[in-house]
Amino acid sequence: MRKTIWRLIAVFIALTLVAAACGNDDDDGGAGEAQPAPQATEAAEESAPAPTEAPVEAVTIEYWLWDGNQQPHYQQCADDFTAANPNINVEIVQFGWGDYWTNLTAAFASDSGPDVFTDHLARYPEFVASGVLVPLNDYAARDGVDTGAYFPGLAELWVDAEGNRYGLPKDFDTIALVMNAGHIADAGVTASDFAAAEWNPDDGGSFQELIAKLSVDANGNRGDSPDFDSSNVEVYGMGLEGNFGAFGQTTFSGFAASTGFQFLDVNPFGDSANYDDPRLAATIDWYVRMIDAGYVVPIEDVESLGGTTVFQNGSAAVMADGSWKIGTYIGADTPFDVEFAPLPTGPSGSRASMFNGLADSINRSSDNQEEAWQWVKHMASADCQDIIGGAAVVFPAIPSAADIAVASHQANGVDVTAFTVHVDEGTTFLFPITDSASQIEAIVGPAMQEILRGQADAADRLSQVADEVNSVLGS
Amino acid sequence: MTAVQRALPRRWPLLRSGNLHGGWPSAFWFLLPALIGFVAFYLYPAIRGVYISFTDWNLIANEGDWVGTDNYDRLLDDSRVWDSLKVTIRYTVINIVSQTILAIGIAVLMDRLTKSVVIRGIILFPWLIPNVIVAMLWVWMLDGNLGIVNEFLGWFGVDPIRFFTDTDKVIPTLAGINTWRHMGYTALLIFAGLQTIPKNLYEAAALDGATERQMFFGITMPLLRPILALVLVITIVGSLQVFDTVYVATGGFGGQPGGPANASRVIYLYIYQNAFDFNQLGYAAAISVLLVVILLAVTFVQLKLLRAGESDLS
Repeated sequence: MRKTIWRLIAVFIALTLVAAACGNDDDDGGAGEAQPAPQATEAAEESAPAPTEAPVEAVTIEYWLWDGNQQPHYQQCADDFTAANPNINVEIVQFGWGDYWTNLTAAFASDSGPDVFTDHLARYPEFVASGVLVPLNDYAARDGVDTGAYFPGLAELWVDAEGNRYGLPKDFDTIALVMNAGHIADAGVTASDFAAAEWNPDDGGSFQELIAKLSVDANGNRGDSPDFDSSNVEVYGMGLEGNFGAFGQTTFSGFAASTGFQFLDVNPFGDSANYDDPRLAATIDWYVRMIDAGYVVPIEDVESLGGTTVFQNGSAAVMADGSWKIGTYIGADTPFDVEFAPLPTGPSGSRASMFNGLADSINRSSDNQEEAWQWVKHMASADCQDIIGGAAVVFPAIPSAADIAVASHQANGVDVTAFTVHVDEGTTFLFPITDSASQIEAIVGPAMQEILRGQADAADRLSQVADEVNSVLGS
Repeated sequence: MTAVQRALPRRWPLLRSGNLHGGWPSAFWFLLPALIGFVAFYLYPAIRGVYISFTDWNLIANEGDWVGTDNYDRLLDDSRVWDSLKVTIRYTVINIVSQTILAIGIAVLMDRLTKSVVIRGIILFPWLIPNVIVAMLWVWMLDGNLGIVNEFLGWFGVDPIRFFTDTDKVIPTLAGINTWRHMGYTALLIFAGLQTIPKNLYEAAALDGATERQMFFGITMPLLRPILALVLVITIVGSLQVFDTVYVATGGFGGQPGGPANASRVIYLYIYQNAFDFNQLGYAAAISVLLVVILLAVTFVQLKLLRAGESDLS
């Protein structure tokens, strides 16, 4: 009986295999020799060039973004845009950061998805390499868009090695220290102490003295006291973001760069990274020593629920974070007052903050690329950026609009100049742009986790990492 | 018997006997919906997956060129593949051993102690919660700083345990969570198997003065073997394919999926990274093919070793 059933199953599988094989032959029959599916889709795309709609016919542009805080304000921009262009409707779709990229990848793979989407510097080179973005040079030249209207450097980030532009800037972000006002007052420290602080990777400078003073153990001893118990800390002087990362945007990057360290030989689109730079190893080593000393929160404590949660819980006195998080820290989720201070001055004699900017890109599979461009152009214009600035959610890419954002925060009693001082004083460095950001993240991220746990030596591990990264970049 | 049936070889007794005579057309219609689903969602993607594993397929561009066995050559040299297999096997061993022992215990208790459908239902509860919710729930409960479990342990003077962020504890923690989630379901399968054991065997043993323990090892376990073999095949194959719990629990809030320091990067997660993060669908497909081969081998060996198709009852 049993054998019979097995044989029936075998017959069934054999029959379906034969059926599937036939079906498969039919599918691939036309182009069995070379790349069946893609040829067909490309041919279809070429035979149907994008803007075929009559201009009077109303079209709907689908626009994706990930920051829910910005959605209502972009909706305002969209309403104004539709009022001025009655034939173009804009439908805004928002996904959380993680889902956003997964959905976008799926959309590209199936030649569908949004007409326009918010793009990130860590991702766009891979999209360019896959040929899914529309170059904007011709549109920008035709309509006389002035790319010099933005903060210096922002517009150039979106031009690839061949000179093709794939995005128009909409905002920028920098890094500063966010401080628990109660904790710093208890320690007798002020925001201006941090603004004046100096840091170096050897003894940590006056910055290290400040975070030592802010650390409190279970017995109430502060970190600058000989009785401080580093194994039983109640409040850490400095918190950490859980994903320490390969580029350390909100963690080590500002400190490392203030030593003169640079991520890439050439940015954007360098073909070799400098992870074996001894100044980087020294910076990471400093973090390891600070964790041992009980001045910086152990990485194990922030990886699970995230550094922001730990900071909001009152377990860390200060923390480096990005300007896009200002709303989180001044909002209801943070149950105490905060103040902001710029990152400390490093051995190079100046501070350093990573400078990142978002832009809007057009999906090549959009059927309405002309209308999509009109929407991109509107979002990158002062008309829309002034609205975004007035909402005080992010810093717009146009300086006058960014001033509006600073003023709106000021009107709410929040001083955010700690973030803008990096731009005003020219102490920013650009987000490292490569076409393998996610692979570099997967190589360097876990190595950093080992180093911060004391499971590997910073210099040794980072020089191994450098070889791996450079083989990815070189390939 | 028709001439056709008589002509069939002896090896096909079911067809020869005429049991299905006249049943084939209706059987076909009953099988058709499942068949369509099987071909469209399993067989065709599987065959296409094998094809893609011989290309340098770019997921975003949705195209790729034939590269022969390049992906397989690369796979053999990629220590990350073998590291992630080791992590997966460690997870599977811990998960299967704990889950099976607990499930047998629960099933025997259900069988011997209670007839309450409510209790049997409650045991299934964790299995009804979606994996992602289970993972997030446990991340909050087990957190080193804010979790209720560590708060509770603290009352007894136990230092906080970093369940998810200690490189040695993350895999046992994940295995434990899935044990919690699946043991009720596994127990129910085993419980069903227990119903096939004739009660008179226990009565006879009891008359001979056998203890519960002797009956368990002398009657229950040997006669449960075919069911247990099936359950083990299903759970081991499922366990080797663990993904969602790992992805959510290790990457959900602050860390990197598969972290810390790749300590929980199971093979499925590495496949996912290659396909969706690194945009290397061809290479991801090659690792998937390797996984299929491993799963087939494991299943085949298990069925052989456990003589799954034979019962000791007859």
